[in-house]
Amino acid sequence: MAKLTLKNLSKSYGEIAALRDLSLDIHDQEFFVLLGPTGAGKTTTLRCIAGLERPEAGEVWIGEDLVNDWSAANRDVALVFQQYSLYPNYTVRKNLEFPLRSKLRRISAKEVGLRVQKAAETLRISHLLDRRTDRLSGGEMQRVAIGRAIVREPRLFLMDEPLSNLDAKLRELLRSELQELHLKLGTTLVFVTHDQVEAMTMGDRIGVLCDGQLVQVGTPYEVYNIPRNTFVASFVGTPPINLFDATINAEKIVVAPETFEFSVPAATRARLAKVAGDRTKLRVGVRPEHVKVVNTGGIVGTLYGAADYGVEMIMTINVANHLIRATTTPTTRIPLNESVRIAFTPDKIHFFDAETTENLVHARNDS
Amino acid sequence: MADIDLIDVDKHFGANWVIRKLNLRVNHGEFVVLLGPSGCGKTTTLRAVAGLEEIDSGEIRIDGKRVELLSPSDRDIAFVFQLYSLYPHLTAFENIAFPLRAFRMSDKEVRDKVKAVAKVLRIEHLLRQKPSTLAGGDMQRVTIGRALVRRPKAILMDEPIGALDAKMREEMRVELRRLHIENNSTTIYVTHDQIEAMSMADRIAIMNDGVLQQVGSPIEVYSQPANMFVAQFVGSPIMNVVDCRVEPADSTTGVRLNGMQFAFRFGSDIYQRVAAVGHEEIALGVRPEAVLVERTDRAGYVPAEVHLIEPQGAYDILDIGVGKAVLRARTESQFVTRLHEPVWVQLDPNRTHFFDKKSGLALPVGE
Repeated sequence: MAKLTLKNLSKSYGEIAALRDLSLDIHDQEFFVLLGPTGAGKTTTLRCIAGLERPEAGEVWIGEDLVNDWSAANRDVALVFQQYSLYPNYTVRKNLEFPLRSKLRRISAKEVGLRVQKAAETLRISHLLDRRTDRLSGGEMQRVAIGRAIVREPRLFLMDEPLSNLDAKLRELLRSELQELHLKLGTTLVFVTHDQVEAMTMGDRIGVLCDGQLVQVGTPYEVYNIPRNTFVASFVGTPPINLFDATINAEKIVVAPETFEFSVPAATRARLAKVAGDRTKLRVGVRPEHVKVVNTGGIVGTLYGAADYGVEMIMTINVANHLIRATTTPTTRIPLNESVRIAFTPDKIHFFDAETTENLVHARNDS
Repeated sequence: MADIDLIDVDKHFGANWVIRKLNLRVNHGEFVVLLGPSGCGKTTTLRAVAGLEEIDSGEIRIDGKRVELLSPSDRDIAFVFQLYSLYPHLTAFENIAFPLRAFRMSDKEVRDKVKAVAKVLRIEHLLRQKPSTLAGGDMQRVTIGRALVRRPKAILMDEPIGALDAKMREEMRVELRRLHIENNSTTIYVTHDQIEAMSMADRIAIMNDGVLQQVGSPIEVYSQPANMFVAQFVGSPIMNVVDCRVEPADSTTGVRLNGMQFAFRFGSDIYQRVAAVGHEEIALGVRPEAVLVERTDRAGYVPAEVHLIEPQGAYDILDIGVGKAVLRARTESQFVTRLHEPVWVQLDPNRTHFFDKKSGLALPVGE
């Protein structure tokens, strides 16, 4: 068990900067998720921690050790990849024993047996121990791969999209299992994914990466409810947040270029005035669950599409050629192209700087 | 536009059944989604309708006329694949016009038809571009335009948006549904993604192991699943399905999950329904939104404990231990904030399903 500290990591591949001055503190026993799109630098970060990649600048600390010059084998971390990378001709048992057989470790045969048994029980694969790994299903193979990481009892687990090859149902199941496993073992875990649902559901905290830079670190609730900038706001959450370019004046918020406008109550105006400084141009964000269908007043649009998922209905409403998503109850029945009135929940509207895209709650007002 | 009938269709590859006694009618102007996991026979079914695959026995009728012996080109059906399969050296316009060129149509007529289709698909501004300069979603729009332009009797689509990223898929679901409502082409659409099926279909036909499991509107298959497979394939997060014991108690039915001290109370009709099939092997199915959670004791609720909290942004999913069973429940965001917190749960009787574990079938609803 260990905390993990990254200080000012930089890494580039040729012209392309993969990591830019990345600093991060991961707490002991934390389930930390690195989230970002392809090419954001998540896997590079993970490989720097594992010792498979050498940063050009910066420090990697595991516990109290500066490990920059340590080989991967000496760092005492276990990696689980998207590809299971099991030995296909071996049984599950042999695959689990393999990491313990290393001469470096000098673990007695009895101890090896015990650890394998314990890991197998934890992962509910005891009945598969004598089966060859090429006879396993995808979910079983990934459990074995995780088992191989567990038996080593490492200081740190590093997982790189371990669930991405599994079907939706199995992914959902393994998400819960991984969290329970983490609660049970208490080992610090760094989990890389591009899937915001995985990040939200599993992480104690999430670090959102974009273009090799850490954009925001926070609990799932913080990242969702107070996104640092428009990138985080639209990367996290499905259906995605509605974003508009807008100008503000004393009474109204006017959305452009093909315009519609809406007013907000005094309390929201006061909140906005406090953060907006002398800005008049903004990006405005409203999550679909904060767009309400109303009978009177509100903003008038037409129904562009509606999908009833049983538990909720996602409506797409065309307001002056802005397509706005609203999450509503399945009882709402409006014919296509008919007019719809919507209103935004005032205290849930997000305001971002038009240029920097930063959430005004976070942005400094230098003026 | 046409009706399509599949009557007792059988197909096997070697010793493997791919389609077994499939009966399905697709009505004129209807959008039917064939939904199922990989290997369930959905694509083979689609290819059989198109004439790309021969069937072993049974009939395929288009507008009442048997077509098993007709070549694909004589069936007047258009096919859209996952891969765009556009001609890279032709502009979007020429790609769409291509099927019309075989018909000695005047240039003006071709131009009018292409423009009409492009308007519906909102790609009028892209017509001069070559495929390599288009985004994935736009390429697929061009492919669909090429399928629509000659006004075929039916359109068959095989995972047409499966290769697009999540955001583009979300947009295309709305667009394809709109397109269907505007155009009313008889459409059969194959996917493994239940979200696509729920959001676009007039009716969903769910397949597993070559066997049709259920055909119904999205809401029918969601709220009245015919069997355990359908129950857990449609909906996300997946429906809880757990073993249960059912006992008569005064004028009610007591339902106990594994290890439960207090029973859930249901109407007496439940026991009658269960007794009709023998009450040993019963599973209970309940979607997370129908597991009602309170933080204080209430009449009819049973004590339980929170094992995991999985934030989803707009709401939370809780893994709740009830006896030895675990039920996943949907609550508002941050309704419960601490693990192991005691809670009280009840199941919404109108949204609780009972299945015969041996056959997997939902118990018939009593009078």
